[in-house]
Amino acid sequence: MKVGLFIPCYIDAFFPEVGVATLELLERLGCSVEYPLDQTCCGQPMANSGCQDDAAATEDLFVHCFQDFDTVVGPSGSCVHHVRFHLDAIEQTPQARKVRAGTRELVEFLHDDLRVAAFPWAAFPHKVGLHDSCTAVRGLGHVRPSERVNEPYFSKTRELLAKVPGLELVELDRPDECCGFGGSFCVTDEAVSAKMGYDRVYDFHRHGVEYIVSADMSCLLHMKGVIDRLKLPIKVIHIAQILNGGPP
Amino acid sequence: MTRAVDPEGRAERFIALEEHESTHDRLVWGMRQNRDKAVAGVPEWEELREQASQIKEHTLTHLDQYLEQFEANATNLGAHVHWARDAEEHNAVVYEILQAHRVKSLIKSKSMLQEECGMTPYLQKRGIEVTESDLGERIQQLSDEPPSHIVVPAIHKLRSDVAALFAEKIGTDPKDSDPHSLTEAMRQNARPKFIAADAGMTGANFAVAETGGFVVCTNEGNADIGTSVPPLHVASIGIEKLIPRARDLGVFIRMLSRSALGSPITQYTSHFHGPRRGGELHVVLVDNTRSDRLGSPDFWHALKCIRCGACMNTCPVYRRGGGLSYGATYSGPIGVILDPGFDLSKYRELPFHSSLCGSCTEVCPVKIDISDQIYKWRPIVAAKGMLKLSKKVGMSALGMTLAHPAVFHAAESAAESALEHLPRFLPYNPLNPWGRHRDLPTVPKQTFRQWYLENRRKS
Repeated sequence: MKVGLFIPCYIDAFFPEVGVATLELLERLGCSVEYPLDQTCCGQPMANSGCQDDAAATEDLFVHCFQDFDTVVGPSGSCVHHVRFHLDAIEQTPQARKVRAGTRELVEFLHDDLRVAAFPWAAFPHKVGLHDSCTAVRGLGHVRPSERVNEPYFSKTRELLAKVPGLELVELDRPDECCGFGGSFCVTDEAVSAKMGYDRVYDFHRHGVEYIVSADMSCLLHMKGVIDRLKLPIKVIHIAQILNGGPP
Repeated sequence: MTRAVDPEGRAERFIALEEHESTHDRLVWGMRQNRDKAVAGVPEWEELREQASQIKEHTLTHLDQYLEQFEANATNLGAHVHWARDAEEHNAVVYEILQAHRVKSLIKSKSMLQEECGMTPYLQKRGIEVTESDLGERIQQLSDEPPSHIVVPAIHKLRSDVAALFAEKIGTDPKDSDPHSLTEAMRQNARPKFIAADAGMTGANFAVAETGGFVVCTNEGNADIGTSVPPLHVASIGIEKLIPRARDLGVFIRMLSRSALGSPITQYTSHFHGPRRGGELHVVLVDNTRSDRLGSPDFWHALKCIRCGACMNTCPVYRRGGGLSYGATYSGPIGVILDPGFDLSKYRELPFHSSLCGSCTEVCPVKIDISDQIYKWRPIVAAKGMLKLSKKVGMSALGMTLAHPAVFHAAESAAESALEHLPRFLPYNPLNPWGRHRDLPTVPKQTFRQWYLENRRKS
């Protein structure tokens, strides 16, 4: 299967290892992966701030980079959510519609499309806390949101992690509470954002996790900032890294 | 431009009061947990949500008919029905009724609409004494503050705050912060005012077109004292409160208190059909921007709101920053989408006082797409040129950087060489705000793109 690899701007700049893990994992699963070199970002930072005009050229570039792929895969719930649901600062050309419909977040691609049965190369003998990003929970439907108490429980992320030997998932007090990142919210609403981050990280810490795993590196970027400031013995890791068998 | 409220600054000051913030978060999250438990006891909850939403949508799209039906039926029951275009007309109509009855003092039960209209200060300025009958609302009235929550107006206060307030205002022992004795002290203080009042005022949770009656839900019976003691009852009802039939109440009453507090029903669900014997009932139907909203394709759904407060209880931003941080009548997620409709300039910062987590949309019993509406208010603020300058300039620079691969990659390289270069390409200048409570990320030696060029594109 031919796949266009979408590596969001902040992963490219700050977490190249997550991009590498995503690429290697997809290749291991038999995909023919290509990374269009001119890609930068999906346009979400500007659009989320209400600046549609400033987002348009970046959204155009995104469509231009990926229009030749039937399937685009990115390791970030919030960026994929933007492409699928909010990439509307530009004209909705056939190319734009094709790219939007074909863009998949890594977890849903592995779970729904490839239906991966096993990750024989992976093992992760650690106590892990799972952080599903809000866009993954309520936007992309990775997991039944905590508000929907009467619907049968499911979690695509957990199903994937359950295939990793040794990995012990820890339950939290507030399973899908927002970490407070929220894009530029994290700086424009600094006090609230930071307090949300502290509360979220302490929930993991209280339950003795060694790692926080997420399909969204932006939440992990935020929580890592908190963890480092508080000097807590917790590491953050992207789900692609665990499923790819790392880190060493 | 009107001076904007500053939700971020206000929230920061609330968070700095550590005990207030942590208690507030715990109590309000507790209401969300109670809601979850109550909802679990109603297996058909999602069907009820859908029904409630459809009833409201139907009513709102036939609102003219239902309003006239309500007016005719309420009049047949002996009520006097008045219409008010806006807050000012509402207040004037109410004052006229009160004047005609020579009302010197009135008791009112909590009404968000009367808050919205600024009715109490309007009447007080004209010499009428107004006493709130809801305990939390009375606390807020004595504090000279608006309610911080639709359902529990003084939830942001600690017991000790109330003890200090009552000591100052009604002479209790400042060291006594026992809730029972504080409540009893207020009862002793307020009862004589209740008994002596010339009029009682309420809002309404639902107005039923087919009967001309309306329903007020409280947990303290405080609407009932106001309507049972004085001979005159004036009810202010927003035009979006209409529902077609009495049987529709069965859907909404089941959802209201479960969503709000997690209790199956409010302690008091009082139905008013015309004036009581020997009394007089006036109903004021109020528009105050509701028709404008009804004409807005993106925002008319907000009129479905039944004011349960579930979106506030679940909102992580509301729980941290407190309801007063919104600086508006309506706080929390529903406030973020309602307030800009009253005054966009004043409330232009509110749509950004949200992390867009989407939980509000999921708990809303009438399925308002609250989170989507928050997102949709943002470009409206931007298009009116009302964004903060830092954001306007920052997003323009960021947009230009990200639209050009070469510029973006050059910016990344600059970041790579030294951390202090970061702000050059993250133009909302995150260094200071980010670094106050969080460490900065380290910058790796190589971007993913550089790794890819070295490892996958060697030719």
